[in-house]
Formats: sequence, structure tokens, C-alpha cells
Amino acid sequence: MEHGSYKDQSASTFSLAEDHTLANALRFTLNQDPRVSVCGYSIPHPSEARVNIRVQTTGDSAKEVLKDSCQDLMMICQHVRSTFDQAVTDFKNNNGSESE
Amino acid sequence: MPKVPLWDLPELPQNQLPLHLQLQKTRVSCNNDAPTNTENVTYSGAYSALGVDNSLRLDEFRNDFKVKVIKLNEEDMEFDLIGIDASIANAFRRILIAELPTMAIEKVLVANSSSVVQDEVLAHRLGLIPIKVDPRLFDYMSENDVPNEKNSIVFKLHVKCERKSGERLTVYSHDLEWLPSGSEYVLPTENSSESKPKTYTSFTSSQVSLPEFANNPITVTPGIIISKLAPGQEIELEAHAVKGVGKTHAKWSPVATAWYRMLPEVVLLQDIEDEDAQKLVNKCPVNVFDIEDMGKGVKRAAVARPRACTLCRECIREPGWEEKVALRRVKDHFIFTIESTGALPPEVLFTEAVKILEDKCESVITELS
Repeated sequence: MEHGSYKDQSASTFSLAEDHTLANALRFTLNQDPRVSVCGYSIPHPSEARVNIRVQTTGDSAKEVLKDSCQDLMMICQHVRSTFDQAVTDFKNNNGSESE
Repeated sequence: MPKVPLWDLPELPQNQLPLHLQLQKTRVSCNNDAPTNTENVTYSGAYSALGVDNSLRLDEFRNDFKVKVIKLNEEDMEFDLIGIDASIANAFRRILIAELPTMAIEKVLVANSSSVVQDEVLAHRLGLIPIKVDPRLFDYMSENDVPNEKNSIVFKLHVKCERKSGERLTVYSHDLEWLPSGSEYVLPTENSSESKPKTYTSFTSSQVSLPEFANNPITVTPGIIISKLAPGQEIELEAHAVKGVGKTHAKWSPVATAWYRMLPEVVLLQDIEDEDAQKLVNKCPVNVFDIEDMGKGVKRAAVARPRACTLCRECIREPGWEEKVALRRVKDHFIFTIESTGALPPEVLFTEAVKILEDKCESVITELS
């Protein structure tokens, strides 16, 4: 759910049904995007699984910037996964041959 | 930092921060009283006045990111993630603990229990027993669903302590028998029909017929004490297990626990020799320091095992030592430890956790589009 202005698309608050797990990681990737001027998240009440992510950009549509950051986070995850799988395979091969 | 006149400052290479700022950005300084520099400088324009770009460049991340596996066996693993930010490492940890699905006993049908342990306490204990089955083979069961072979596992427990033995009997988790054909207890119905009576579950086929379970019977972790019975007491019950996540109840958490710590860095700011060196080596409870013999009877202290440092700060507790030894943590080097309860091996758990974070991002993108 996006709360913003129709006239000024560069600043809005996104209310998502998430928690710190995704919100903190998204906040990190958003901050690293050079188009973002302000970004942060808050949890309105701990009993309710809702998080408000505030994005203010230097002109681009806030929704597009958030989507791009999600894509960046997905690429980071994919890279982590492939590097991890490679490292596990290497470890198993090295230790398998050593124990023989 | 010693004071240097402006015109004597060294020339900085482009795209690199001065050393003190690099220290502030990449290391947590663990001082005697409290750690400082704990926040990550994430803002892309943080160092724009210096001409250094702090934004995320995926190619650089791909080149710098490394994973090193230190220990790996069926139960636990220890590995290093180098070059990633704390928020993402924490996201993986949170998902490993709370959002990876497992199977755990949820409904307990007690036919007979004359033990001193109350039914609800017994049911609670049964729920906490880890079930060694791959949860990806099962579906979630919602309120409206009928329990069938695709979403539940049925176990039976029937133990009786014989009067003749005179000793107490301990009921262990390996006394739970897997019933691949489903529940054996018949539903109470008004009209008795001649066809097969309906039970509490509706298995259309036996779970043994599935290829995954043909030679692999579903077991629970053995050796866990469920209850103790005195002579003459008996427990007869059926336990149904379903799929869930740790967020709902901790019994569905697939890890005994999962944690990470940042790599400690111990730096000797001055040369520490002779007596002081021996004192330093004796002070450290985990033997981080070693004595190096420099020849001519001069002994110097050196940092041998910084990774073992628990940051107890014994070496800087006494006055005067804080200028000699600097304790720091490297902000982007995480030593992850994952202890699995047996459902899935730890390396599979981590891969699944990363997949779940990717799925969350995708759902946000679809929600926004």
C-alpha cells in the first residue's frame, strides 16, 4: 500500500505486511541507491505485522526506486546462494579427498 | 590522531577514504566501557564531499563477496560470510529461526492416560520433539483442509509399565511408531455403515507407497524422555504432525539455534616486550597472544589467534593497556553457526533461507506493480 501524493511521485510511504527481516535489508539497499535522499522504516505497533517504509528520492518515482531496490536485494541473494553452494561443494570435495 | 598542519597532510589517492575514516566505516572499536562506531554507514552520498562513492555497485559486491566453510557435518555447520552487510546477515538469521517450515506434532488424541503427567503437558512435550523428515515433501494444512497423506504424519504411542517389573518405565521418543496408513481411531458416527469406518484422518494411500518414504521410514530424534510411568500406568495416544513455521510456535523451528558474530580483530598498537608480553599472554583466557622470541633475550608479544577472541576485554581492563592493545570487530565479516535439529542438513537450511528472502522481495515487487 503506497501513501503518497499524485502530484509529487518522488516521496511516499509504503505500508507492507512485513517485519524487520525484510524491512531492514530493504532499507540497506535503498540507502545504497544514489537516487534516494531519505529512507527509513518504522513499525507502528509491535503486535501488528505492519511496517512503514519511507522513501524520498531526488526526482524519480519512489515506487520505481523501491522496486529497483527489491531487484538489487534479489540479485544479492542469488549471488549469496551461488557462492555458498560453490563453497559447500568445494569443502565437501576437499574434505572427502582428505579423509580417504 | 596527532595534530598535523593542513598543508602537511598526505595526498589521498582518489576513491579512497583517509585511514581514520576507513577505520570508522569498517571496524567497530570495542573499548573498555562500550563499543563505538557500531552503525553502518549505508547512505550512498555519505562521503560525497570527499569524492568517494558509497553506493552499492553490484559488480564490486560480486567480486568482493566470499564464503568460507569452516566446519560442516550433518548436524551443524560454521561458515564465514565476508563482504555482506549486517542487515542482510540478520535477515538470514531471522529467517532460519522463524520462517523455515518443518513438521511438528500439533494434535494429540489421547485414548488412555493413567500417568501422572497431565495430558496437556504430555502434548506440549510431544510437540517439541523434532521429526526427521523433509518438510518440502508436505503441504500446509489450513483449518478447512482434511488431514490426508500430503499434509500430515501420524504417530502412535502405546506404552504400559508392567506391574510385575516393580520398576519405573521411562517413555522415550523412539517409542513413537509411525503409522503410514493414517489414523487408527474411528470417528464416532451415528449410523454404523458396512463400508470402511471413517477415522480421524483421510489417507487415500499409504505414505509408504511414496518413493521418498519407501526405504526411509519417518523417525523422530531418539532418546528424548517424554514421560515416566510407575507400575500399572499406561499411555495410549495418537499424535498428528503438520507443517508450520517458527513464527507460530517455536516447535516448528528447524534450527536448535542459528547465530553469527563479527570477526574480532586484535591489534597491538605498540611493541609489547618482555615482562609486559608475558603478562599479556597470561591474562588472555583463550590464548589469543603468543610470545615471539626475537633473539638476544628480547621477547615480544604477537597476536596468534584473533578469531578465538571472545572480547572479554581482560587485556585492556587495567589502566594504561588501552593504548597498547586495540580490540575491534570487522563490520562485514560474519562467522555464522547453524545447528540443525535433524529435519534438514544445515547447508540446505541456509539455501532455503536465502530463497525465502528472495521470495519476500518478489512478493513486494508484485504487490507494488
